[in-house]
Amino acid sequence: MTARAHDALVVGGGLVGASIAWGLLRRGLSAALLDEGDVAFRASRGNFALVWVQGKGDGQPAYTRWTRLSASEWPGLRDMLAADTGIETELQQPGGMHLCFSEAEIELRIALLERMRAASGNHGYDWRLVTGAELRDMLPGVGPKVIGATYTPYDGHVNSLKLLHALHRGFVSGGGAYLPYARVTSARAAPHDFVVETQVGSFSAPRVVLAAGLGNRDLAPLFGLSAPVLPNKGQVLVTERTRHVLPLPTVCVRQTGEGTVMLGDSKEDKGLDLSQSPDVMAAIARRSVDSFPWIGELNIVRAWSALRVMSADGFPIYEQSRTCPGAFVANCHSGVTLAAAHALHLAPMIAAGELDPMLAPFTAGRFDVPAAA
Amino acid sequence: MFRLRPEARATVRVTVCGEAVLVPEGASAAAAMLLVGPGAARETAVSGARRLPYCMMGVCFDCLAEIDGVANRQACMVPVREGMVIAPQRGARKIDPEAA
Amino acid sequence: MSVVDVAVIGAGPAGMAAATEAAAHGLSVVVIDEQPAPGGQIWRGVEAAQGVAALGADYAAGRERAAALRSAPVALECGATLWHLDDDGTLSFLQHGRTRRLVARRIILATGAMERPVPIPGWTLPGVMTAGAAQILLKTASVVPEGPVVLAGQGPLLWLVAQQLIAAGAPPVALLETRRAGVMQTAVAHAGALLRGWKAVAKGLAMMRAVRQAGVRVVRGVSGLRAVGEGMVAQVTWEGGALAARTLLLHEGVIPNVQVSLALGLAHAWDDSQLCWKPEVDRFGATSSHLVAIAGDGAGIGGWQAAEARGRLAGLDAAYRLGHLDAVGRDHAATHLLAAEARALAIRPFLDALYRPAPEMLVPTDPETIVCRCEEVTAGRVRDAAKLGATGPNQAKAYLRCGMGPCQGRLCGPTVAALIADVRGVPVSSVGTYRPRAPYKPLTVAELADG
Repeated sequence: MTARAHDALVVGGGLVGASIAWGLLRRGLSAALLDEGDVAFRASRGNFALVWVQGKGDGQPAYTRWTRLSASEWPGLRDMLAADTGIETELQQPGGMHLCFSEAEIELRIALLERMRAASGNHGYDWRLVTGAELRDMLPGVGPKVIGATYTPYDGHVNSLKLLHALHRGFVSGGGAYLPYARVTSARAAPHDFVVETQVGSFSAPRVVLAAGLGNRDLAPLFGLSAPVLPNKGQVLVTERTRHVLPLPTVCVRQTGEGTVMLGDSKEDKGLDLSQSPDVMAAIARRSVDSFPWIGELNIVRAWSALRVMSADGFPIYEQSRTCPGAFVANCHSGVTLAAAHALHLAPMIAAGELDPMLAPFTAGRFDVPAAA
Repeated sequence: MFRLRPEARATVRVTVCGEAVLVPEGASAAAAMLLVGPGAARETAVSGARRLPYCMMGVCFDCLAEIDGVANRQACMVPVREGMVIAPQRGARKIDPEAA
Repeated sequence: MSVVDVAVIGAGPAGMAAATEAAAHGLSVVVIDEQPAPGGQIWRGVEAAQGVAALGADYAAGRERAAALRSAPVALECGATLWHLDDDGTLSFLQHGRTRRLVARRIILATGAMERPVPIPGWTLPGVMTAGAAQILLKTASVVPEGPVVLAGQGPLLWLVAQQLIAAGAPPVALLETRRAGVMQTAVAHAGALLRGWKAVAKGLAMMRAVRQAGVRVVRGVSGLRAVGEGMVAQVTWEGGALAARTLLLHEGVIPNVQVSLALGLAHAWDDSQLCWKPEVDRFGATSSHLVAIAGDGAGIGGWQAAEARGRLAGLDAAYRLGHLDAVGRDHAATHLLAAEARALAIRPFLDALYRPAPEMLVPTDPETIVCRCEEVTAGRVRDAAKLGATGPNQAKAYLRCGMGPCQGRLCGPTVAALIADVRGVPVSSVGTYRPRAPYKPLTVAELADG
């Protein structure tokens, strides 16, 4: 049975895969997007929907630049998707706040942001500490336990479920082949020549992009690549819809376009376990009430847990296979923030067959380097 | 919409939409709303559509009402109490950020 | 944190039976129920009920059960809502605005059934309710609908509610029956069931006769039901007919309430004769979890007598598993309970076939029909999501928000799955269900923070 042929196969239909696949279509390539079924890990359905810049790339300026590039091009992505699909992703970029509950936290935060400014060269890095009346003005009802917050103007948030929907719809209406239940079972890889076996048949292409999140770990070696990623569990609480109160997103509390309030930012290393724990949920609730006492009366209508896809240093993995050029791996834990960079920069690089030197720091080889003597 | 049976011993006085209503002990706030009728209907937070209780057993959440000043309570799960004040839930909950 | 032998969730017929049985064998028992008093749905408010005569003999039986529960050595926690159950047996529940924790060595879920959603155009209009809702109002508030009242749908409960409303002085003007199945053919196909369950049949026939004799207009073979009105229901229409209606009571049978059992990740199977998902249980109600048993309608619709038998079986099994009874003793005591359960279930194959919902009740044909009441998502949009590539309700939920409202997909899950199956041309059993998560019912951020 002959394999269906495309210009590119993208393995993984989440935000990373869908951004890249949609971007490839815009470059005139044909693509198949291979996805799992209704129940899968899907970090794309479990995220905080932040388009976040503040604090990213401490110790790795290339990541800061990549993140800022994506944030600055996000409005363009929003407009293109809206024109393509009619779906509004509701991007807002009013800047973001990181709340601090102690002087020690503030000091750490200031030190971090000063490092970012120093490393930014003449790009600059605009940040400031907000306290007192200005803080209460910017964040209505902020609680007395919040003694200050750091603000950067680059941050924002979006409706990430609409983003996924728009990318899928844009991909399909642009002629892309979206295939659910197409889990990869085996693959044959040679330079610019790949045949991938899935539960729904074979596919062949001169380009393969591995964007399967945690699944990349096992897939990467088939293509001469490495994706040492590990799961990190986050739990999130979502409230009922409320009249709009919060004009700015914070790292742990944000109000969505529908009016629901999302509460989060727990981190647990529990492997692939997706269970929820009342203790962690209670801790999130307490921190939320400390941040904004008015949140206390809101009903929690649903809660969930999801697995972040983390590399050892928290930075993305982008690499083209040396033994099988044409095969690429893409992993990150910020698929929402980086959607614009993935669609508008990474996809064109993949189409052209070469990753830009700006992504050189993100190869998996960095994990093999022994600690400096 | 609904009316009390003649045999009913309605001894608990509550207020629905500003109107005094007598209901039997053990009745839910939703029953009191249904005695008043469409005026007690909530407006959904999604579109403002009007809703009254549908299932009366805590599953549908269409009976949401403001009870004794607390928004979005499931009226079918709240037994009436003397002096209870029931008001329709008009859209999403209002928040006063400074009041907490 | 307190530790108890058995936690029973739900104080309906199955829960009450499980609790009293377990306690009779010396186990410590806590019963948790979200209602202010025991009884479940069938015996809702039975302790306080006025005018019990209108509600029939089955209801009166509940009074005796509630009294037995109260006098048993069982801790009864009413107004208590379970919101999380850990796989180590820790329960988190909300009561009087505080979260409480309890550890149980065995958990018996007896959360019963819910009405199958009836997604007809206009079903969200004020004045449109389930038949069960009218029954609850009668039982707990002595309140009856104002006319014209129309009942629509099919199943024994529809006829029972008609009879109860007549006895309470509020007769409906019409009963629009959506049943398609011919009684004679179904009777012949399930002759055995009919014979074994003849008492139930006789009771049903008597009910139907009483309703007709009271002057209620009965229309058979109704299809294309619609509720029509501005701001509230004013009319019900169907293929070939229309009636003014101020209250429209719908019923298309009941289905197990699997919200908690799904959230726990227990194994479920699709039952094609009852058109619903059921948790997989053995004859004692034991599930795929070593800690959890399920008794009553929550394991499969069977009615209150079957629920009681199943509750006792689960209580017996708990006694055995916790070392208060040996296997021989358990199996011996189980014999008559299994027989009682079988007798109660005898009529079911006939009823399930006779009252099988029509395809249009499971898969709305009008694209404007609201499917997710909470998020106001229509059937047409669910179909579009399925065409885009959503293979199941969870992806549809991600695209459309259906299932994200406070009911957590209880009312839309079956319909969303059926629509996806219809579009993709696959059996609904392969489409799956939502994956509900804690909190099983909403609680406030402050209530959670406290716990």
